[in-house]
Amino acid sequence: MHINWFKYSSPQTFYPLAGKMIPWFAWLAVVFAIAGLYIGFAIAPTDFQQGEAYRIIFLHVPAAWMSMVIYIVMAGWAALGLVLNARLSAMMAQALAPTGAIFTFIALVTGSLWGKPMWGTWWVWDARLTSELILLFLYLGFIALQSSIDDARRADRAGALLALVGVVNVPIIYFSVKWWNTLHQGSTISMGAAPKMVTTMLTGMLLMALAFWMYTIAVALMRVRCIILERERSAEWVKQLSGADL
Amino acid sequence: MNNAWITVLRRDLLLALRRRSDVATTLFFFLIVSSLFPLGIGPEPAVLSSIAPGVLWVAALLAGMLSLTRLFATDYVDGSLEQMILSPQPLAFLVTAKILAHWIVCGLPVVLLAPVIGLQYALPNDALLVLVLALLLGTPALSLIGAIGAALTLGVRGSGLLIALLVLPLYIPVLIFGAGAVAASQHGMSAQAHLSLLAACSLLSIVLAPMATAAALRISVE
Amino acid sequence: MQHLSGIALIYKKLLAQGLTCIRGDRVLFRNVGFTLENGSLIYVLGENGSGKSSLLRILSGLLIPESGELFWDGKLIKPGDENYHSDLLYIGHLNGLKDDLTAAENLLMSARLSGYKVTAQTVLNALREIGVGRCSNLPVRVLSQGQKRRVALARLWLTESPLWILDEPFAALDATSVDVLVTRLNQHMVNGGMAIITTHQDVVINAQFTQNLRLDS
Repeated sequence: MHINWFKYSSPQTFYPLAGKMIPWFAWLAVVFAIAGLYIGFAIAPTDFQQGEAYRIIFLHVPAAWMSMVIYIVMAGWAALGLVLNARLSAMMAQALAPTGAIFTFIALVTGSLWGKPMWGTWWVWDARLTSELILLFLYLGFIALQSSIDDARRADRAGALLALVGVVNVPIIYFSVKWWNTLHQGSTISMGAAPKMVTTMLTGMLLMALAFWMYTIAVALMRVRCIILERERSAEWVKQLSGADL
Repeated sequence: MNNAWITVLRRDLLLALRRRSDVATTLFFFLIVSSLFPLGIGPEPAVLSSIAPGVLWVAALLAGMLSLTRLFATDYVDGSLEQMILSPQPLAFLVTAKILAHWIVCGLPVVLLAPVIGLQYALPNDALLVLVLALLLGTPALSLIGAIGAALTLGVRGSGLLIALLVLPLYIPVLIFGAGAVAASQHGMSAQAHLSLLAACSLLSIVLAPMATAAALRISVE
Repeated sequence: MQHLSGIALIYKKLLAQGLTCIRGDRVLFRNVGFTLENGSLIYVLGENGSGKSSLLRILSGLLIPESGELFWDGKLIKPGDENYHSDLLYIGHLNGLKDDLTAAENLLMSARLSGYKVTAQTVLNALREIGVGRCSNLPVRVLSQGQKRRVALARLWLTESPLWILDEPFAALDATSVDVLVTRLNQHMVNGGMAIITTHQDVVINAQFTQNLRLDS
């Protein structure tokens, strides 16, 4: 089977395709989320040490996973856009950034919500929480840089370079934060001391992660459609589109 | 060494010499920021010496970052940047000369001034020595990484604040290893591991940052 | 007066194909192409905002076109092409002068950056050619617009590049300087050089072959 992938790399052909894909991913997200939440809140047993509070990990852990994966995917799109000079790739990177930042934020908030009953404090300078915080800074830097450059092409390319620099730095930052954390032990309780993974819990988390994935794709596609319309507003096909809608 | 490279280095040093007030500003900033902490926290020597590594490193970091906005900005405005990009030498190579000049002008004075401020923070002698060593090994990485941010934000609205947002998260490893080195020596431990990691940061930056900076400069002059 | 005007006649040509430039969401020009050979000259014409400067920036390699290719000496020009840069002299809208350096220092450093070995004397001669010899030891900050422009243009007397790309070289110049510059361009053409210029003035440069490239759509 031969599919002409390059055909779909043009914003004009991608726009309607994305429109068709969005409902699918959105529905899948809903289905996975219902299944995941059901397992997480109804089926999974109460933890005998932490009680019900631990159930926040069904949001926290998948959100933390997503926050990191999205950054890597974003950098991948950005790199592709930079190397191939492909506009759509850059738009994908731009569309993913806010979702990544939101997941990072959710991971931070749920982390501190979990921390309050566990450690009696809202914030612990735990290596993972701290890394998440820095990841949030990296996302915000990317978004701020892109939105402060007026020329779309320069914004794409500058953002892409920053994302790549960030990706190289993330492991180094993570390592340094861990190093710092182990040196200042005593004040910290590791998040790694999570309850023993039961199969049902793992299933719940995986389902939630899948739901987040589908949500991310659906939202990124929606955002990409908006970006396409905004960037191509002077193109003939967009004018026809808006004419048809009227 | 290469003729064009030396020319860039000499030109930037000469320009710094003619605009000495710019250099002094960076140094005064470092001095003022690090003098504010005792005023806010209190003169207790035990407390001061325990916060000294972090405070001095953060002050050095901020001072270096403050001066970064000028690294390429004037070249961008007056067109010398275009000429540098169009020179027959690899841009990433010429960029290292500019970064070295920036470090000599803004990094080195901070390194030399730091022990004096360290004295105000009641740091013992070995810790002072480690502080100087750590700054010597770490500040080049600050200049190198910062150059990427400076290049990316050229001619952008509110570039001064934007640089901070882009560059400060990337400075975290240097801050951790740098302040850690001083703290380790304060606690009677060996700072060697920290210092090696700092050197590794600087080496990695020397390899990667000039290329990224050159790419960013090309994007910015478009 | 002794200066570096002798270009070893190198047979090279610049080939542009299908250049398209989009700024923001405006197409400035589409499918621009030409061949430029030794001893010939291209005038880039068009109204303000028609993309003349953008074209020159594309040709110098500063701006990446939306589509299209450039070949120098039969080889594709890539971003940061050192080989091409050593054959190119570009003077854009910006003079590329440091305000805090003197005119002579600026020229000396710019020539060295391009890889030429020049002395204080050759720099002074170049400045005298275009009538700003007296300014050589003044910081550029104190010079007038016209003087600054002339200091920047003095690079034409220090270069050995066969290809000159000049954006509005005659703007802000007095009649005498225009004549001097035309003479220098004529000499460059006779030596087998190539030039691409934009200008609003009526100047006659004697090239072996002159093309007009009009960007108005």
